[in-house]
Amino acid sequence: MERRTIFPGRLLPILLAAPQLLLTAVFFLWPAGQAAWFSTARQDAFGLRSEFVGFENFSDLLTDPLYRESVGRTALFCALVAALSMGVALLLAVFADREIRGRAAYRTLLIWPYAIAPAVAAVLWILVLHPQVGLVGRWLNRHGVAWDYRLRDAQAMSVVVLASAWKQVSYDFIFFLAGLQAIPRTVTEAARMDGARGWRRFRTITLPLLAPTVLFLLVVNLVYAAFDTFGTIQALTGGGPGKATETLVVKVYRDGVVNLDLGSSSAQSVLLMGGVIVLTMLQFRFLGRRRAD
Amino acid sequence: MATLELHGVEKRFGPASILAGIDLALADGEMLVIVGASGCGKSTLLRLVAGLETPSAGRIVLDQRDITQLDPAARDIAMVFQNYALYPHMSVFDNMAYALRIRGLSRNEIAAQVQATAELLGIGALLARKPRQLSGGQRQRVAMGRAIVRSPKLFLFDEPLSNLDAKLRVQMRAEIRRLQRRLGVTSLYVTHDQVEAMTLGDRLLVLEGGRAAQLATPMEVFARPATVYVAGFIGAPAMNFLPAALLPGGAVQLSGGQVVAVPGAVGSPGAVTLGVRPEHVSLADGGIPLAVELVEPLGSETLVHGRMADGTALLAKLPGAAPVGDQVAVALAPDALHLFDAASGRRL
Ligand SMILES: Nc1ncnc2c1ncn2[C@@H]1O[C@H](COP(=O)(O)OP(=O)(O)OP(=O)(O)O)[C@@H](O)[C@H]1O
Ligand SMILES: [Mg+2]
Repeated sequence: MERRTIFPGRLLPILLAAPQLLLTAVFFLWPAGQAAWFSTARQDAFGLRSEFVGFENFSDLLTDPLYRESVGRTALFCALVAALSMGVALLLAVFADREIRGRAAYRTLLIWPYAIAPAVAAVLWILVLHPQVGLVGRWLNRHGVAWDYRLRDAQAMSVVVLASAWKQVSYDFIFFLAGLQAIPRTVTEAARMDGARGWRRFRTITLPLLAPTVLFLLVVNLVYAAFDTFGTIQALTGGGPGKATETLVVKVYRDGVVNLDLGSSSAQSVLLMGGVIVLTMLQFRFLGRRRAD
Repeated sequence: MATLELHGVEKRFGPASILAGIDLALADGEMLVIVGASGCGKSTLLRLVAGLETPSAGRIVLDQRDITQLDPAARDIAMVFQNYALYPHMSVFDNMAYALRIRGLSRNEIAAQVQATAELLGIGALLARKPRQLSGGQRQRVAMGRAIVRSPKLFLFDEPLSNLDAKLRVQMRAEIRRLQRRLGVTSLYVTHDQVEAMTLGDRLLVLEGGRAAQLATPMEVFARPATVYVAGFIGAPAMNFLPAALLPGGAVQLSGGQVVAVPGAVGSPGAVTLGVRPEHVSLADGGIPLAVELVEPLGSETLVHGRMADGTALLAKLPGAAPVGDQVAVALAPDALHLFDAASGRRL
């Protein structure tokens, strides 16, 4: 059932919506408009003059092998983050769905990572994984593993994936747990009596009934990994070593803020914005369907 | 097909004792109906047999094998749930084939068995549909089919008809009985509908607050209810209970003063409860005076709600469309009276 509130007059609703609209205007519409504007211009090396170049920044990007590499890297990063966070969250949710002792404490602990700021999370992971300072990092080196994520590409990638996925596990967990608890108990019981156990019951009954949740979370996780992990990556590796962890958002920052190529950076932002819009529309469609069910 | 035995089965949830001292023995092919008020532990008893709950004490033996601690998946017992619990993402065919696939039957065997069972239940045309595309009655049949197709050792039914409308319920009731006889599968059937209890069961188990109040054939339970609770539960409209005092020499005195002969009544004089079914109350000149409060003509019979002089309510079921005035006199059929101890409620 949908609830609608009818306001008398116009003023009150406008006043109530104004702060949000103002925030959107200042922090989204304005910079987005600026990015769109900059993306069609080229600055000289000193940032003093700019000339209009149409879509040249875009065509340069699409033929730039470095940009394509970053796209591939981002796709890999997103896939790994989504798979890891959803996999771990599902496992934890399955355990939480059973009657286990200390369930409340367990759930509260699981929510924490979500509430932690990206930079703080990154510092936590550095304290764990740093080759000289971190607990695990030191342990690895002492046991003959040449561990230094600041020097080795694959290690750097795994560290940013780990830290990014960790932050998202809480969110996924809540949705998976809600999805699991929405499965009628008697259906699972009927399957048990039909002789289905463990993994088979999970695969043939639980997982199909959880499919809408999985799809929804997949979109959310991809959006998160692609656009929301800048802080974590920047604080952990800054996109390095070299370009090993330079995902698209990190590249926008490096090209624009560090290398001052505002035209290209803005064009990249505009492309990213397009990506966000497509994925968000997908997400809303899933949400809408879930509600219609 | 199998025999089922319960020995001293108990179930506690935390401090609450839900079932206590349940002893049962079902013969091969027997259908036992479990009845009782809401919350008396019927579903719990069924779930214990199914293995979905573990007893706090006692043993459950299926076909001479102790299954008390066995996983439900290994028990070879099928259950029909009240809400049917069909797999919502599977077609009717897949719902019925699920258990067979787990057993590793071949594709052809599965198709043949599902098809045969579907024909038996008249759902052969629905095999491709999903549960949400079925009516309540059709879902019920699919749930039955899913249980039957496995040919399990034991059927468990937990109020399978309670979500159906009255007409369909009567029809499915007869069908379940027919199928159960034909397949000869030992069955436990939970209901709180006393007509289902009377017509379906070879024997009845009446549960009262987690204890077995009576275990006997339906006719025995009807004719000789063991307690006031059982007597009030079986039979519609429900039995009248009149407070009375037992006199020496086979008679009781009602609280209004009238003396009623109860042939064969024995026991020490004291407070008793006299039970009489409404159909055993008849009009009789010079009988017990009754102030009529409500008359319900049902066509083939008439229900007369009245009150005796001392205020005790009495319901009479009279044959035909008897014209009734404001004040009548009634007699109680002497050979159809039940005497219960007033304190314990037990039959005397
Ligand atoms: N998992 C549980 N934990 C605690 N108490 C329970 C649990 N399951 C059932 N009970 C309690 O056990 C009692 C019997 O429940 P049960 O479901 O067996 O009743 P029932 O006879 O089937 O009732 P109904 O006719 O309403 O279905 C109830 O008081 C119920 O609250
Ligand atoms: Mg029940």
